[in-house]
Amino acid sequence: MNQKTIIPVGPFHPLQEEPEFFELEVEGEKVIDITVNIGYNHRSIEKIAESKTFDQMVFLVERICGICSTSHPIANCNAVEDLAGIEIPERAKYIRSIVGELERLHSHLLWAGLAGHFIGYNTLWMWVWKYREPILDLFEAVTGNRNHYAMMKPGGVRQDIEEGAIPALSKGLDEAEKKIEMVTKAALDDPVLAARLKGVGILSKEEAIDYCAVGPTARASGVDIDVRKDEPYAAYGLVDWKIITQEDGDVFAKVVVRLLECFESIKIIRQCLQKLKTTKGDIAVQVKEIPPGEGIGHHEAPRGETFHYIRSDGSNMPVRLKVRAPTYVNLPTCKVTVPGESVADATIILAAIDPCYCCTERLVKVIDRERGRKWKWEDLLRLSRKKTERIKKRMGISHE
Amino acid sequence: MGKFWALKKSIWVFHMCTGSCNNCDIEILDCLTPKFDLERFGILLVGSIRHADVILVTGAVTRKCLPRMKLTWEQMPQPKLVVGIGSCALSTGIFSPGYNIVGPVDKHIPVHAYVPGCPPKPEAIIDGVVKLVGSLG
Ligand code: SF4
Repeated sequence: MNQKTIIPVGPFHPLQEEPEFFELEVEGEKVIDITVNIGYNHRSIEKIAESKTFDQMVFLVERICGICSTSHPIANCNAVEDLAGIEIPERAKYIRSIVGELERLHSHLLWAGLAGHFIGYNTLWMWVWKYREPILDLFEAVTGNRNHYAMMKPGGVRQDIEEGAIPALSKGLDEAEKKIEMVTKAALDDPVLAARLKGVGILSKEEAIDYCAVGPTARASGVDIDVRKDEPYAAYGLVDWKIITQEDGDVFAKVVVRLLECFESIKIIRQCLQKLKTTKGDIAVQVKEIPPGEGIGHHEAPRGETFHYIRSDGSNMPVRLKVRAPTYVNLPTCKVTVPGESVADATIILAAIDPCYCCTERLVKVIDRERGRKWKWEDLLRLSRKKTERIKKRMGISHE
Repeated sequence: MGKFWALKKSIWVFHMCTGSCNNCDIEILDCLTPKFDLERFGILLVGSIRHADVILVTGAVTRKCLPRMKLTWEQMPQPKLVVGIGSCALSTGIFSPGYNIVGPVDKHIPVHAYVPGCPPKPEAIIDGVVKLVGSLG
């Protein structure tokens, strides 16, 4: 009866973007084991990087992921600067932080929307994504692009934020903040969301440490790690903000951490914009030569710590680039969070680490040990939504 | 393209990602959300290839995805149209030197419309789909 068959589900589901393959073993309603298999989206980026110059490499690492499309460049530039011993101008530091935090805003909102979609709250999805648009407009004003901002380069940034643009940016930010505040209040006060997500998929503090979880996944379990504080770079050491943590470690805590982090991001951007008014000078130093050696760089991406390692032999190209993205370490936590939960909760728990669903397909195989029944991702989503409906009914809330 | 007139009113699209960086995919989803709202033209994103009239392909086609992409395309009912979205789908873009890249998409399946950009703006994607519909005659 324990036959295993691999069923490609979807393989291309409209909302799954990252190449992951989950294998769930269930007994009746309960999940007893899960296996993860990744590698569908392997584009050989580390190898391609060896044929790019240090300047070109930034554009390449930007395209590792579209959602964190400034995290990788920041980490990469940090690594190159570490290697060459370059100190970037203060103005560049503020601009880097502004772009980095705007990205966190858009990424967290994006996640909140998708999470809503997974549990059958499409209203939340459409709503949150609507308020994400003004942030993309801010991006367009600051960098010229909605995504793939092309702002970073070793030694500084590529574009300045003109003094004249600052009032408009602050105004845009104020408006965005009001909207995010509204969404946050609505989401955190919603009895259905609380009933659906509290106590689901718990990752304890010890487990978070054991599995080396990073970013919001770890912070929701009470581990206060954040590279921006632990090893400040860019302007994070020059402005005032705090790390958001929660103790519960369940899916709801992860929602809370992400939503509250948005306000910290807004706080950082505001201070940086203020400081830009008084900080004059260049936005980049000229990098003439990269010496042989090794360098490392981090950035706290929306999902956790992104790490880049670069080795150079003194030419204009790296000999080795190594990237470690946060999802890679967060994904194994599903080994402890999913087993023991019901099948209907599996989708949202998997989604809760915000796997940088980068693009290809996600395959899900669920095997029912007793009946040999095979479940598909669509079935799982349906189950997940049904559960929300049930909860709503029990609470006397008619749907839509 | 005589037989395609049937698709003119309401196109159902399916989104397939073959090894992209995610941004093209996010922009496709963005087209559906309130700011752009593709659904008002009758364009609906569906979850199964068997319901789709048009596939939107993104990404540079990795080795592991290629058989999957072909299979998906074969499972699609006639008449079928393919739209390539983003530089990756069109020419493999920045990933072309990679050892794991076997694209571009039109080497393996016929592509009827190309939307360039890295990533294309939602406006460009909408424009591409509208032009495709216009050419259906
Ligand atoms: S075309 Fe650009 S944005 Fe689109 S998937 Fe490729 S690298 Fe990403």
